[in-house]
Amino acid sequence: MTVRTAFDQELQDLRDNVLRLGSMVDTAIGRSIQALKERDQSLAQQIIAEDEDINALRFKIEGDCVRLIARQQPAARDLRFIVAAMNIVLDLERMGDHAAGIATIVLRMGGEPPLKPLIDLPRMAQIAREMLRASLDAFMSENEQEAMDVTGRDEEVDQLFNKIFRELITFMIEDPRTVTRAMYLIFCAHNLERIADRVTNICERVAFVATGRMEEIPSEAGTETGIIG
Amino acid sequence: MLTTNSLNSDITAKVSVENLFFYYSNQPALSDISIVIRDQKITALIGPSGCGKSTFLRCLNRMNDTIPDIRVEGRVLLDGQDIYAPGTNVVDLRQRVGMVFQRPNPFPQSVFDNVAFGPRVLGLHRTANLADIVEESLRGAALWDEVKDDLEQDALSLSLGQQQRLCIARVIAVRPEVILMDEPCSALDPIATLEVEELMQRLKKDYCIAIVTHNMQQAARASDWTGFFWLGELVEFAATQTIFTHPSQKLTENYITGRAG
Repeated sequence: MTVRTAFDQELQDLRDNVLRLGSMVDTAIGRSIQALKERDQSLAQQIIAEDEDINALRFKIEGDCVRLIARQQPAARDLRFIVAAMNIVLDLERMGDHAAGIATIVLRMGGEPPLKPLIDLPRMAQIAREMLRASLDAFMSENEQEAMDVTGRDEEVDQLFNKIFRELITFMIEDPRTVTRAMYLIFCAHNLERIADRVTNICERVAFVATGRMEEIPSEAGTETGIIG
Repeated sequence: MLTTNSLNSDITAKVSVENLFFYYSNQPALSDISIVIRDQKITALIGPSGCGKSTFLRCLNRMNDTIPDIRVEGRVLLDGQDIYAPGTNVVDLRQRVGMVFQRPNPFPQSVFDNVAFGPRVLGLHRTANLADIVEESLRGAALWDEVKDDLEQDALSLSLGQQQRLCIARVIAVRPEVILMDEPCSALDPIATLEVEELMQRLKKDYCIAIVTHNMQQAARASDWTGFFWLGELVEFAATQTIFTHPSQKLTENYITGRAG
């Protein structure tokens, strides 16, 4: 019964491009943690340079959305999908900024000796990336339940962040010479924590596509920011 | 099949249709339509050709009565009074429920005489100054400034958009309560269309308006409530913003997104 094949193809292209952007961001997060673990300055520089590609694709997708709205006058689910895509690419682009933020910290760390072996930070990154991929899967299938399942994992990331935060505070109290290095790691952890938060924004948009409701998905009390008292 | 959103809340019902069935020669054209058309609101009726929306609109002032071999069941209440009740004065009904058609259909007379026609027939000129009625109606239809310098000009010399607004002036000259519009902009260019839509927004402060339109963007832009007809049934009736952002029926969604119909 479909009589809008051209429009449907454009929506599919939009879906593909959002997925491509998500994949680029996922890779950037993974490489930023790799650069952190290995103190790989050239990889860090590469991540920062490639963030420009992420920014460019985000603006291209936004432009595509505006063009679709102007030319196709979408309604109902099509409209919700396009509006959601515009919001999601913004969150993805900011996640890319967080990955570039970690890369920048790697550059600042220079050749200082590691404070401690990195265990929880890579774990945070792993969960955040799994959440990101699952949120994009939910976007592809426009499945509210899948999106809701993803948001539940934000709590794991927040708890890891709090754990890292407490641990590094202890380091700093015990030996003030570690303050700079500890702060760098806290900044990295905070970037990862924000990435996971932005994944929940994507999930909210998936729920909007599926149900038409525009609502914030509630997080556990007191852990929204990931900062402990 | 009908789905409604808050159909019974916050209503100033002008026209209430209850379980309306309509048959042409025993062929059903409308099945079990129930809908509340609110006063001082614009209600749009959308759906593919042949879905019954124009037939439905014409039921609201008994314009279908002139067609032989039709049958109407159910009730159409105008301010609570069934317009199909025996003894209904159909001329009075059509004065209260005016109609604007697809193509502008001014009489081949002057602008003044077009607008004055209804008031003269109904004898309104005996209690009010005819020139005042004509001016008021032309102002109401946002046409006065364009024709005031030559009210004696032939109505057919006006542009199509002006002719349609003249027809609207002719309707409001008899002081109706409800204005029915059957694709009033389908013969008009985009500018004239927007002028009629602007006019509708002004008119709704004083009238109850129902419009049949093929132009879904017009329904989205101009109406407060939208009913979607399909094969003689009212599939969904809801606030226009709900219909165009989050309709509850898949069929509605498919139609407004151009995937059905």
